[in-house]
Amino acid sequence: MDLTSTLKSSIDKLNEQFPGKIADIYQSSGDTFVRVDADTIVDISRYLKEELRFVYLSDVFGTDRYQSDDRFEVVYNLISLRDRDRLFVKVWLNEESPEVDSVTSVWKAANWFEREVYDMFGIRFRNHPDHRRIYMPEDYSYYPLRKEFPLLGIPGSIELPSTTPESE
Amino acid sequence: MKLKDIQSKAHPTFFKEHQKKLYQSLEDKHTTIEQVDVDDPLNTGMILNMGPQHPATHGVLRLMLELRGESIVKTKLDIGYLHRGVEKIAENKTYQEFMPYTDRMDYLSPYSNNVALCTAVEKIADVEVPERAHYIRMIGSELARISSHLLWLGTLVMDAGAVSFFIWTFREREKIYDIMDNLTGHRFTVSHARIGGVANDITPEAMGLIKEFIETFPQELKDYHKLLDRNRIFYDRNENVGVLTTEDALDIGATGPVLRASGYAFDIRKFTPYARYTEVEFEVPTRLEGDNLARYYVRMEEMHESIRIIRQCLDKLPGGPVRTDNAKQAYPSKDEVYYSMEGMIHDFMMTDTGICPPEGAEAYHAVEAPKGELGYFIQSDGTGHPWRLKINAPSFANLQVLENILDGEMIADTVVIIGGVDPVMGEADK
Repeated sequence: MDLTSTLKSSIDKLNEQFPGKIADIYQSSGDTFVRVDADTIVDISRYLKEELRFVYLSDVFGTDRYQSDDRFEVVYNLISLRDRDRLFVKVWLNEESPEVDSVTSVWKAANWFEREVYDMFGIRFRNHPDHRRIYMPEDYSYYPLRKEFPLLGIPGSIELPSTTPESE
Repeated sequence: MKLKDIQSKAHPTFFKEHQKKLYQSLEDKHTTIEQVDVDDPLNTGMILNMGPQHPATHGVLRLMLELRGESIVKTKLDIGYLHRGVEKIAENKTYQEFMPYTDRMDYLSPYSNNVALCTAVEKIADVEVPERAHYIRMIGSELARISSHLLWLGTLVMDAGAVSFFIWTFREREKIYDIMDNLTGHRFTVSHARIGGVANDITPEAMGLIKEFIETFPQELKDYHKLLDRNRIFYDRNENVGVLTTEDALDIGATGPVLRASGYAFDIRKFTPYARYTEVEFEVPTRLEGDNLARYYVRMEEMHESIRIIRQCLDKLPGGPVRTDNAKQAYPSKDEVYYSMEGMIHDFMMTDTGICPPEGAEAYHAVEAPKGELGYFIQSDGTGHPWRLKINAPSFANLQVLENILDGEMIADTVVIIGGVDPVMGEADK
């Protein structure tokens, strides 16, 4: 599948505006992915929203590229309502301290989406207004969607309320 | 017996700390010295915890509301009480095996979820779907939309105070359950779609029931309109409640009817059409007000449009197979499995290994579920199991909206606003 003309011009402008910051542009199964430098994600997001009209953030999610360099990946699923395009922007983060700037200042919607990524992968978002876990309780110390986390969970990792009173 | 010094007489056997505190508070009653807050001399400030076990929260949603008298100052939502980790489970299942889990995501419209997963897998693995299957999927998805909206309508009106209405919408839902029973073999968790088509063709009984339903249902809808549209109580409880402007809706990421009620006609069926939605005519109901009443009108209109789509699908329903014939991509039919060796082997291979998309492929495919954009992102490592499967759940996005629109509303409107946003926790919590 070829790029739509609007998406092509958007990517060209992005390339022009941020030379050297765009690491990769590719298509897979008809979707377009742009991998950018993690340090510039907020600038690129703002440019995408304000100049290229990607006003709607549909989703943010993480993936675990286990056993690759730059283990973690955060994907931003953007929609341009004017041009009827969908674009995926990716950043790669290292394994030791996965950290990236939050894009909540650009799209408010990123708030919960980034909390979910933090909860599931332990990726931290700098300048996030409400940096808490979203599904798991705060006192949980594992990140369940990382590949090394066992499918059955870790027994005893979470305290469950007692439902049967202890007899004397 | 003197009631002084209860503590020494009570010997709690469980939750000792809790009981102790309770007795202590009983002792202290009427003797408590209340501190007066200078900013709030009437002491109207209060933190109210609502849920997770509350009938109006439609499941296990928990809200922390900071109140000043009867108005809500701030809200925080606490979700995750139904978190089952389906994305983790998906990584350990073949694509077809994961199907029953999708039924339990948005359990009010399982058919749409099945279609969403299948279309995503078909996109990444490049599977051709027969025409007839596309139309059956559309019929099923639109029935699921009506079913989901009927439950929303019943509970919304119940939240607004009219309990009997719930029974009437459920009578219609029951008919859809019967259709699903005949069409798919299950009433509730249908799992009817298959990768490469659907499980079975429409039976004559199911066809009869669908035809009967689309004939009788518009009259029911008319009756609902007659009862609610000019109903003073319902109108006043919903008008100007939970207002969301178009800009905010796009910024906070509202989706589905919530976004459309705020004035933006965004519908995946028009945005990136899937199945055969390009072949049928339908409108995208949109309202400008952005309040709860607008959400009501949008969903009611959507039910009209769904009936319209089903009618066109039945007219256009082509003949032919309902599942692709390529044994490397889809399950062979049961006839083949029972009467031919190859069929048996293929059936075994599909169950054991399943369909294997190319290594390193990535795909995102979204459908318009009753709650909004339901998307599946799949990353493949070339095996029969997804390397990563991400579900973009519309209820999750809409709950974030809820956290923002509750601020400044009245406490009594909370349940109506939750009803208007229509979250399903099974989907939001994954």
